[in-house]
Amino acid sequence: MATKVLRRRELTVWEKLYVPQIYCGLKITTAHFVRNLFLHTAHRVGLLKHLRASVTFQYPEEPRPFAFRFRSRHRLTVRDDGTPRCVGCMLCETVCPAKCITIVAGEHPDPNVEKYPVRFDIDLGICVYCGYCVEACPEDAIRMDTGIVDVAASSRDEMKLDIHELMNPALRKPIAECSLKFPHQCRLAEGQLRGSWDGSTDEG
Amino acid sequence: MEDLIVKLTLVGVMFFGVLNLAALHTWLERKQSAIIQDRIGANRADILGWRLMGLFHPLADAIKMFTKEDLVPAGADKALHTLAPFFSVFFALAAFAAIPFGDRVLIGDRVIELQIAKIDVGLLYIFAMLSLGVYGVILAGFASRSNYALLGGLRATAQMISYEIALGIAIIGVVLVYGTMDLQEVVRGQGKLLGGWIPLWGIVVQPVAFFVFLTAALAETKRTPFDLPEGEPEIIGYFVEYSGMKFGMFYLTDFLETILVACLATTLFFGGWQVPYLQADGFHFPWGSMLPVSQWAYVILGVASFSTKVLIFCVLFMQLRWTLPRFRYDQLMRLGWLGLFPISVVNVLVTASALALFSS
Repeated sequence: MATKVLRRRELTVWEKLYVPQIYCGLKITTAHFVRNLFLHTAHRVGLLKHLRASVTFQYPEEPRPFAFRFRSRHRLTVRDDGTPRCVGCMLCETVCPAKCITIVAGEHPDPNVEKYPVRFDIDLGICVYCGYCVEACPEDAIRMDTGIVDVAASSRDEMKLDIHELMNPALRKPIAECSLKFPHQCRLAEGQLRGSWDGSTDEG
Repeated sequence: MEDLIVKLTLVGVMFFGVLNLAALHTWLERKQSAIIQDRIGANRADILGWRLMGLFHPLADAIKMFTKEDLVPAGADKALHTLAPFFSVFFALAAFAAIPFGDRVLIGDRVIELQIAKIDVGLLYIFAMLSLGVYGVILAGFASRSNYALLGGLRATAQMISYEIALGIAIIGVVLVYGTMDLQEVVRGQGKLLGGWIPLWGIVVQPVAFFVFLTAALAETKRTPFDLPEGEPEIIGYFVEYSGMKFGMFYLTDFLETILVACLATTLFFGGWQVPYLQADGFHFPWGSMLPVSQWAYVILGVASFSTKVLIFCVLFMQLRWTLPRFRYDQLMRLGWLGLFPISVVNVLVTASALALFSS
């Protein structure tokens, strides 16, 4: 294998004097300093807002714009009648490399739909945000476009999302009441089936 | 008794200014580096929702330092380990006693020099204090009973002693020109005008000494680009085994020494409290006109001039710190012994011969 010897360039006398080179370095840092200080000051009085004085995003106050393809927390898309678009085909659960999806399918009254999820859980504690579930879904029933990135919890249980939170991304734990009408395994009813297809919320 | 009150007031004024400036240095360091690097910098600490551009962070830092656990490593010499940071801070603070921050004030028939201690060999005193500060460093390394700290201490000591020589010899030029070691007199000597226009500041008569002094003094304060005794991120320094406020005191020493060097550079090379063309009775402009100034205005202008120059130097040191990368140890020693030392010696020789030739 041929080797290539890289020789470090000898410094010229001008560079060996240090002082002019230090001056050049100071010129760069001072230029940044003066420009940014000027812009910070201008922002204080409401001028030149379109020029950024720093590359920092002040995160909680100033959310960073996400890329179009950015994968954030999951959500289940909803039909017009408020039921999930999911048909319980288990493709996402099968493809999931982290095995964080748990689906229990139930029979849908509409024979064209056949199935729907009685239970749909995603454990964000083990989810790797690969987006395969979204790719696999034939019904466009699961998406990762909520823009939620601040998923945090103080226990593993709290990292588990159930169908309530997945269908309504605005919900945050602890969930106070259940607004789903169709039969589903409800966390609020200690995992019992709750709801019916005719609109009442009776158990059964 | 009155003398005591006067002295205590002077000490109070000096300490108030210097310690607050040292605390502000933490803020300045963060903010300036952030703005240089297109960042924002610490701005989260607030009191009742007021953030004031992160000005409360030094306060929060102090609270944190004081309430942190103070750990002494097992097997370390507890007394020396505790003493080392106090040594550092004490000598750094004591050196400020010889810095004149204003001209004399007349109250009644009492003449007060705005200088804590009027020492005839003030310059030597400051150098003595700087050298004694090395003890804090080497004690910290020695008493920690850690090889990293010991090596860090040795590195720091070698660096400080090497650069002290260049520092001392660079100063000799200034001493030769002004013919005194009393800093107040050095400043008075800089009040003259060269050709009626240019103030006879140290930078004008001793430009080479100024650059040597600045470089050696930066090395003396162990700030970047000479911060390899500390080298927080990778080469571990002499204060690895320190925590809480003892660690904070080493940092405080750093900032104090930076301010001290800024004060010295101002005093020796930038006219101290001199304002160009200002004399005790008013401005004497070179084109012949004169603007009378009252005694108190004169004193205040002097102190303001001194403070402004010191602040400019502090900002310049910060700017240098965030511009230059760190030296390697052999480069550091080569610069000290083969660069600065010969230059300063030649400078002394040239100055001495020039003085011998022209002043007689």
